[in-house]
Amino acid sequence: MNRGMLKFAAIALAMSWMGLALAAPDVGTAEKQSLNIHAIVMFFIFVLMTLGITYWAAKRTKTASDYYSAGGGITGTQNGLAIAGDYMSAATLLGLTSLTYFQGFDGYIYCICFYVGWPFIMFIMAERLRNLGKFTFADITSYRLDQRQVRTVAAIGSLTVVVFYLIAQMVGAGQLIKLLFGLDYWIAVVIVGVLMVVYVTFGGMIATTWVQIIKACLLLGGGTLVMLLAFSQFGFSFETLATKAVENSKKGIALMGPGSLLADPVTAVSLSLGLMFGTAGLPHILMRFFTVPNAKEARKSVFIATLCVGFFFTVVAIMGLAAVTIVGTNPQYFEGGQLGGKLLGGNNMPAMHLAHAVGGNMMLGFLSAVAFATILAVVSGLALAGASAISHDLYANVIRRGQATEAEEVRVSKRSSLFLGVLAVLLGIAFEKQNVAFMVGLAFGVAASCNFPVLILSMYWKGLTTRGAIWGSITGLVSAVLIVVLSKAVWVVVLGNEKPLFPYEQPAIFSMPIAFFFAWLGSVTDSSVRAAKEKEAFEDQYVRAQTGFGSAGAVAH
Amino acid sequence: MSTAIYERIRNNPKFDELVAKRSRFAWMLTAIVLGIYFIFIMIVAFNPKVLATPIFAGGTASIAWPIGAGMILLFWLMTGLYVRRANSEFDDINSEIVKGAIE
Repeated sequence: MNRGMLKFAAIALAMSWMGLALAAPDVGTAEKQSLNIHAIVMFFIFVLMTLGITYWAAKRTKTASDYYSAGGGITGTQNGLAIAGDYMSAATLLGLTSLTYFQGFDGYIYCICFYVGWPFIMFIMAERLRNLGKFTFADITSYRLDQRQVRTVAAIGSLTVVVFYLIAQMVGAGQLIKLLFGLDYWIAVVIVGVLMVVYVTFGGMIATTWVQIIKACLLLGGGTLVMLLAFSQFGFSFETLATKAVENSKKGIALMGPGSLLADPVTAVSLSLGLMFGTAGLPHILMRFFTVPNAKEARKSVFIATLCVGFFFTVVAIMGLAAVTIVGTNPQYFEGGQLGGKLLGGNNMPAMHLAHAVGGNMMLGFLSAVAFATILAVVSGLALAGASAISHDLYANVIRRGQATEAEEVRVSKRSSLFLGVLAVLLGIAFEKQNVAFMVGLAFGVAASCNFPVLILSMYWKGLTTRGAIWGSITGLVSAVLIVVLSKAVWVVVLGNEKPLFPYEQPAIFSMPIAFFFAWLGSVTDSSVRAAKEKEAFEDQYVRAQTGFGSAGAVAH
Repeated sequence: MSTAIYERIRNNPKFDELVAKRSRFAWMLTAIVLGIYFIFIMIVAFNPKVLATPIFAGGTASIAWPIGAGMILLFWLMTGLYVRRANSEFDDINSEIVKGAIE
């Protein structure tokens, strides 16, 4: 099995690099950037390094616990970096820089909304997650509830989030690489898919964690360097930076305050709820809490992650503001050299153009490689979370009712990651021409409405029963998806209808209360014998959540 | 598996003390974070002009940026505060309780 997969991976990799060679001649056509040698060399080094790590990790991955949670042997600091790595996607670097570039302070508001979930996770969730969980967050929601039913809906929630997020990342990867590296879209998507499957299948959580750590360091280092080089052109004075930006932006002084993006209070609050609680319901982030040996390290890792994420968001905001002047006044970054026209490569490019402006081709190459590495690391984390939902929740506990051996479970997980890899590539290619901007929002919306309410209730509310958990998850999922589909982002932009059927694009303010309400209603009206037992079992769960006694890995150490 | 031990832990008065202390601390910090954050979001939604006020009279850079950065910094420091107390004081009580229950 393993050998067969290795062979598959080798062939696929060889094919994609062949494709790279084949694609080389037609570089220089209209949209594609010329082949960026710096970027490709640097990315190649990253890939070799991570493949080396995967090889090393594969030798250390023996048990299911090694595979899913790196055997609980990751330190708090390492895990903190890896969490930050999971959280800071290429969309953060490119999207939020671009948002600040065009909208000014609105970009920073987004950053703050993305950030504020972390302190919340620290105070309310970190230690209970670590104390109750084992491999997936469904271990916690199903702790005292019906294993099969609760795990099934949890797996559906996880997979929905993973697939939406994967599509967004794959399409982003394809577009970005086409642009930065001068490769064809499909080649880029295949490379990402193949590498992701290789990391996850052979190296499991150990490899995924280290890929994530390296990428987080590269991203933090690269971003900081570009920011410092750019900021130095303003003598490190924020007042100068702001004054210049206001002078050179079409929006003028409006850059300095909240603008149109969040003008409507419902959207502002809904977005902030979705981003905040969505973070606390992302399966690939939650999984990271099980890789550390105990609650102490789990807390440390959130502390480190919070620092990295907050710092990076601030870096990104300064980059965006600096780009207004440095990129915005340089005709070479605009189509046809027309200042104020369309940015070369599209609206997501201010960060990349800024890197080029302050550090030449070398810096552009480096930041491009970092962006690619970032996508790769994020999709690997997602694939592992999705594969675990299939193997640990669906296969081992639902289909086999907990009777599967560890080896069988891990085998299924590896096959699932291969399946997810193929699916991601196919979806990535299918969605090439689509506007997928709404997909990350949808992933967060589902995480906040389907995963988070049941997770938090299962840890904090004695009264939650299986029926309540099922009702809450399903209504949260359906309402979040429905609202996004009927809103402008999908109904008008993607499906081409004239008017949205639902006026708001951010689902959380509606779908979260719906999920909580039905979880409550389903529970309090549940007077079955099973429900009574489930409530009774809360006592033991509560002691374990508080003290960590009996939690996976904690006793053995 | 270890219901008896859980029972013993639960009956230890120190357990209640630990839970009460830690929860109070965690919820207090949460309330501060959420409070500040939602005040900020409300200002963004209902009175955005306030945030555009220049830092220096006659200057351009607005108070919005340092307020944003300050929030990020403050929240991070608060997580640090929690880790410091939880990883020493609370964990000491915790391991004492668990040890007492196993013996």
